Amino acid sequence: MKNNSRPLYMVPYYLWIVLFVIAPIVLIGYYSFLDLDGKFTLDNYQNYFSSVYLRLTLSSFWYAFLITFFSILIAYPTAYWLTKTKHKQLWLLLIIIPSWINLLLKTYAYIGIFGLYGPANKFLSMIGIGEQQILFTDFSFIFVSVYIFIPFMILPIFNSLDKLNPALIDASRDLGASSWMTFRKVVFPLAINGVKSGVQAVFIPALSLFVITRLIAGNKVITLGTAIEQQFLVTQNWGMGSTIAVFLILFMFIIMMATGQKDKGGAEHGKVK
Amino acid sequence: MKSIIQTSVAILVVCALLFYGVSALEKSSATSGGGSITIYNWGEYIDPELITQFEEETNINVVYETFDSNEAMMTKIEQGGTSYDVAMPSEYAIEKMKENDLLIPIDQEKIPNLKNIDPYFLDLPFDPGNEYSIPYFWGTVGIAFNPTLLEGQTFESWDDLWDPSLEQEVIIVDGAREVIGMGLNSLGYSLNSRDASELREATDKLKTLGPNIKAVIGDEIVEMMRREEAAVALTWSGQAADMMFVNENIDFSVPEEGSNLWFDNMVIPKTSSNVDGAHAFINFMLDAEAAAQNTEYVGYSTPNQAAVALMDPEVTGDERFYPPEELRERLEVYENLGLEMLGIYNELFLEFKMDMEN
Repeated sequence: MKNNSRPLYMVPYYLWIVLFVIAPIVLIGYYSFLDLDGKFTLDNYQNYFSSVYLRLTLSSFWYAFLITFFSILIAYPTAYWLTKTKHKQLWLLLIIIPSWINLLLKTYAYIGIFGLYGPANKFLSMIGIGEQQILFTDFSFIFVSVYIFIPFMILPIFNSLDKLNPALIDASRDLGASSWMTFRKVVFPLAINGVKSGVQAVFIPALSLFVITRLIAGNKVITLGTAIEQQFLVTQNWGMGSTIAVFLILFMFIIMMATGQKDKGGAEHGKVK
Repeated sequence: MKSIIQTSVAILVVCALLFYGVSALEKSSATSGGGSITIYNWGEYIDPELITQFEEETNINVVYETFDSNEAMMTKIEQGGTSYDVAMPSEYAIEKMKENDLLIPIDQEKIPNLKNIDPYFLDLPFDPGNEYSIPYFWGTVGIAFNPTLLEGQTFESWDDLWDPSLEQEVIIVDGAREVIGMGLNSLGYSLNSRDASELREATDKLKTLGPNIKAVIGDEIVEMMRREEAAVALTWSGQAADMMFVNENIDFSVPEEGSNLWFDNMVIPKTSSNVDGAHAFINFMLDAEAAAQNTEYVGYSTPNQAAVALMDPEVTGDERFYPPEELRERLEVYENLGLEMLGIYNELFLEFKMDMEN
């Protein structure tokens, strides 16, 4: 009985997957082989490897790596501390709420904060460092990106740390391990899936950021997202845009594989923007 | 299970109510008179009061949407699914839209106010006889600068932007044609160049501007200059006028090597569902008083000589914004370069942006 009715329940799911996941990817693949006149060509791929796009890919990876790295650096201790607090749900909510605010709104706020006459610079001159150019630098780009992505890193790490059986830590300490050793040999390996999910939720979208690159980094940082947007909206070269998108999808698969988890013991995924 | 059904029903009921509410609202605004038209315009490019005035006079409801590049606008119209009745593309975009059969011819008899337009701006090469387009605004590309933040630098030449004292002070507009065009102009080449070696030379020269560049952004330039976050900006004349409106320290100059002269015209896209309403709107915008009010609000230069007569002579006599004809001779209008060339311009621009940091 149960087995017979299952295929019926699966229909909406399969429909969704075919229409909104597989079909678009196939279309992108198809378009990537078309030139401006709609004729079949391999030029787009050749162009990708021979021109500025390869450098663009490397720099996208570098910035996505930095963003992910700093996110983990801040998120791990935060998540660890969260599991020790009394009002976990309240603290968690406070971390999640900013992620409900529109991305553009948050970005524009930072233009004001980091501006030459903004609060950040007021503070710097107050403590005697003097005014600095903060906006349109690598620093401001990484800072704002980390700020935007941090909830997606904290949540999965928190979930996996929270599920950890405290008896295991007690056991480790009883057996003579130092707290550092306990962390290294017990806590970290058991909660690694949370970190992996967090990396997926941060690294992949960070590869294709493009609003922040323009508004906060003044286009001094260019990612694959910027290039795709330009190809579709300005150059109207859908073929080249799709080719870059194909590579982006490829990179995503590689990252998913690299951070994939065998058991479902890990955390829920954070929402991906 | 019961509660799931209850929740689902509740959601469906709420959806149905909202849907009903929206359609009722749309009906009440649509039946109030001569239907509705959708205007597709650049951001900050019309006095909103004029829209209200037009609605009151004609009972036509106006829906207003904005775009930030000719290319984005064309892509949206080309894809269909929209019902824009009036759009304001620039000259090379009009040429291309004509080629792609995206425009409806304009019936000049329905636009008596066309007589207000300075003949200099009519019958231009991109649209002979103004079959498809009616002038809206025109202007140039130049350098806006704030002398109070500088040490006496002036900008008679594009090369002045390369001055080492301007480190991290220059904002440039995020447009491939504007920036590559500036590089070409600074070398004395045409900004419509299709010559690979000229383009290469221009890009290499632009790369040496890297240390002076603070950012490459769009409409945010105006706010940045107003708040004195930056001292120098490569921008359109009207954006400079916008800046000066708030910050009187700012000045504007069009370098002598030449620059871009552009025209934004009103057109009726193929997608229009209310062609009569579109004509009425275009005619309304050409009215001397409306055009004068609009020009004062927007800050770009108007091709409407009847409006010029109504405006402050100090504004319309300002050669920075109303360059006399012999000055205009030195300026170039963008040609429609075709998609392939546009792609090359864009890749060079991307290369320039990639190079800025290091």
